[in-house]
Amino acid sequence: MAAAEPAEFTVIGQDVERHDGPAKVAGTARYVPNISMRGMLHAAYAHGTRAHARLVGVDGSEAMSAAGVVAVLTGQELAGWPEIEPWLGPAFRDQPVLAIDRVRYFGEPVAVVVAETRDAARAAADLVVVEYEDLPAVFDVREAAKPGAPLVHEEFKPAKVFADLQHLAGKSDTNVCYHYHLETGDVDKAFAEAAHTFEDECSVPFTQHVPMETHAAVAWVEGDVLEIWAATQTPSFVRQEIAEMLRLPLNRVRIRVPYLGGGYGAKMYDKIEPIVALLAWLLRRPIKMVLSREEEFLITTRHGSYSRIRSAVDAAGNITALAVAMYYDTGAYADIGPRIASKSGMTAIGPYKVPNVRLDSYCVYTNKPSAGPLRGFGVPQAVLTHEVHVERIARALGQDPVAYRLRHLLQAGDEHPTGSSMVAAGFKECLQAAAEGTPSTFERPQGRYRRGAGYASAAKAVLTPSTSTAIVQMSSDASTTILTSTVEMGQGSDMTLAQIAAETLGIDPRQVRIVQPDTDITPYDTITAGSRSTYHMGNAVKLAAAEIRRQLLDVAAGQLEAAPEDLELRDGKAWVRGTDRSLGIPELFLARFGSWGTSMVGQGVFQTSTGRIDRSTGHSDKITEHWFPGAAAAQVLVDTWTGRVTVEKLVVVADVGRAISPARCREQLLGAALHGLGTALFEELALDEGRPLNATLLEYQLPSMLDVPVEFVPVIVEVPHPSGPYGAIGIGETGILAIAPALSNAILDATGAKLTHLPFTPEKVLEALG
Amino acid sequence: MISLRINSAERQLDVPDHELLLDTLRERLGLFSVREGCGVGACGTCTVLLDGRPASSCLLFTSRLEGHEIMTSEGLGGEQNPARVQRAFIEAAGFQCGYCTPGFVLTVQALVEEHPNPTEEQIKEYLAGNLCRCGAYPNILEAIKSMYAVASGR
Repeated sequence: MAAAEPAEFTVIGQDVERHDGPAKVAGTARYVPNISMRGMLHAAYAHGTRAHARLVGVDGSEAMSAAGVVAVLTGQELAGWPEIEPWLGPAFRDQPVLAIDRVRYFGEPVAVVVAETRDAARAAADLVVVEYEDLPAVFDVREAAKPGAPLVHEEFKPAKVFADLQHLAGKSDTNVCYHYHLETGDVDKAFAEAAHTFEDECSVPFTQHVPMETHAAVAWVEGDVLEIWAATQTPSFVRQEIAEMLRLPLNRVRIRVPYLGGGYGAKMYDKIEPIVALLAWLLRRPIKMVLSREEEFLITTRHGSYSRIRSAVDAAGNITALAVAMYYDTGAYADIGPRIASKSGMTAIGPYKVPNVRLDSYCVYTNKPSAGPLRGFGVPQAVLTHEVHVERIARALGQDPVAYRLRHLLQAGDEHPTGSSMVAAGFKECLQAAAEGTPSTFERPQGRYRRGAGYASAAKAVLTPSTSTAIVQMSSDASTTILTSTVEMGQGSDMTLAQIAAETLGIDPRQVRIVQPDTDITPYDTITAGSRSTYHMGNAVKLAAAEIRRQLLDVAAGQLEAAPEDLELRDGKAWVRGTDRSLGIPELFLARFGSWGTSMVGQGVFQTSTGRIDRSTGHSDKITEHWFPGAAAAQVLVDTWTGRVTVEKLVVVADVGRAISPARCREQLLGAALHGLGTALFEELALDEGRPLNATLLEYQLPSMLDVPVEFVPVIVEVPHPSGPYGAIGIGETGILAIAPALSNAILDATGAKLTHLPFTPEKVLEALG
Repeated sequence: MISLRINSAERQLDVPDHELLLDTLRERLGLFSVREGCGVGACGTCTVLLDGRPASSCLLFTSRLEGHEIMTSEGLGGEQNPARVQRAFIEAAGFQCGYCTPGFVLTVQALVEEHPNPTEEQIKEYLAGNLCRCGAYPNILEAIKSMYAVASGR
């Protein structure tokens, strides 16, 4: 891989120490919960206590008279003001800032209390009196999808904010807010002619992101500008939503984002930012809100899902057809569920060459907390489905599961069942690396403890279309600043972008500083999520840096009396290639401007698009900008008396195109894999008729250091992408995709027990053992 | 009024009986390395050293700490002069988002003082009360091991 190639790069492929270490380790790094303003008030939600009910009355008078309380606001009051748009949401305008006439999930905010201290606000919130009239509720995703089910929303209107969701239509009289359909070939004929058919059912419960920093925002009004510090992965979107809510011009809403204390998809679109902004706007006082851990569990979740997959296989053992139904439980509000049902539901057919495909993916409302993206955007639910199933087929045919997958995996040049051509997609390379890293040649005890190995392949499609914009500014001492709305939430994007700029400009990455997102200064970016920053913002930064590079080389050409194409930037100087003639960057600035302290600016806009999508068949000649290929292999030891699964070895593999920093890539792989291990083996937000049973960290278990597999191996595969910045694609999610099915398949290999319903708790393992 | 030592300085504080140490450190003293993660003592994000031992500041009333000694990550060292344990975390990149990191740093500080030569299992057990959702545990383990390697001259 990279090491075997000639050293064509100076900065790409190097592990440069992160900028943020000293401040994060000392504890002095800025996060939103640490921000205070003089005269600041604190806000707290009053939460509903019914899963589905009409609000007969919300009475804040007792809360208002409590010590330290400044204001109480209910949804009904909010809806009475024509100057405010109370309905928000990234896909549908289905979610009110506060519940107006009805609550649709247990814990939905019905009022907000503002007080002098956080404790006073929280205490008074308990004094808000709510009178309910219960409505029929629906909790099961398949029940909710049936005609005649209780309706969570009578009707809902599309939001029309994001490019990929412009085609959404408003609907009424159904809980199915989005249905994606893919149809290729003749599925019925393939099943009729099949030598073998197989079927599996899978389900995934609600889980939560559990960022150690809960949602937090601080807002105030300065002059005629609404200033907001928000712990968000989507500053550009939050600005758009708040401007729309208050009907303000975009340039009078300013969103700033410091370091994020974890995101994983929780801190996306708008969550608490609109209410905090609204209170600051109404009261003209700084307002702060930080959610408690219990509240965090209810503000957003990972989609629960139910899926059914059927396959037709011919006499030669080839998969001739796949028919898949995916049901994504999006809870009471759609959030980004329609994007998940389409872009991610689509991947439930796996990265395989299959001539006949029928896939139906539904996004369904229920009376549960709203679900949004979580590290993988719904793809882990889809990968579980196809990977436990392909395992079943291979074993039924007596084939080696890895070889059987390799026989069907797509590679560059193949046509995906959507009709798109595959480009630089290292699916086979990833699976081979996983299998080589985990040979199943170990000792197989036959008593109480059983050992086995399992493998899985995965594919995610990157969000398309989307846009990233960057501005790069170089000053006359060659120090360089990047203006970008990409949020550094631990993934290491700051140094990754700095390395891309430094490579382009021939400088040291430590000379590059990243300005944290500030919508007054940093230009538009769709989202920091979906593993899209390295590819999209990386390309935008590279384009912006290339504009400065061109300006520098123009000056150098005159000074060094050489053609610009004979020049290169290296070690902070412009060189005539193949000679020892050079000029330093400061000298070039002086030659250009005649004074010190000057700057050159470059702008980069990187925008992707799909081909035309036929909505009746789901086909397009370009369904996505690129794929994220991945694989995992697990070796487990199962205690057949207790059902306990010990992960002895976990190998996690991703094709990253090119590793800008191999160390950062390995960290992302391991971090994502550990999150996947938690959701595979024990994480579940238990809901009893919509009421959470374990919304504290005493009861909801996260992976700790004790859950780290003894052998925990990240493997980077590099199949350079022709349009990636220096060949790179993203890495944040690939590591989680294949973990749950690799573990399921390993348990199957060890014991013969087939597990397809997450999480694989000891109880479920014992039940499957029979 | 109570007296206690916080980051090696004597402090006299007039606090309500039920004020949490977490709030005293953050809101009165501006020690923002101490952070609430769960509010129930389960995640380690609000860890401080209480007389040298890791403790959850979300479970302690400041008014009950007369005469005790509290240490936060700021007290070990700063951005310009990181302590040995902090340097180990920086060098091994034993963090990602950084929110839980000061809690880990303090627990590791106590581990190193308490156990001269721990096994990997002992290390993992000792750190099991600190949660990192980014999953930076492998790098944190590297940071810890590097401290022992330096200490024993390996």
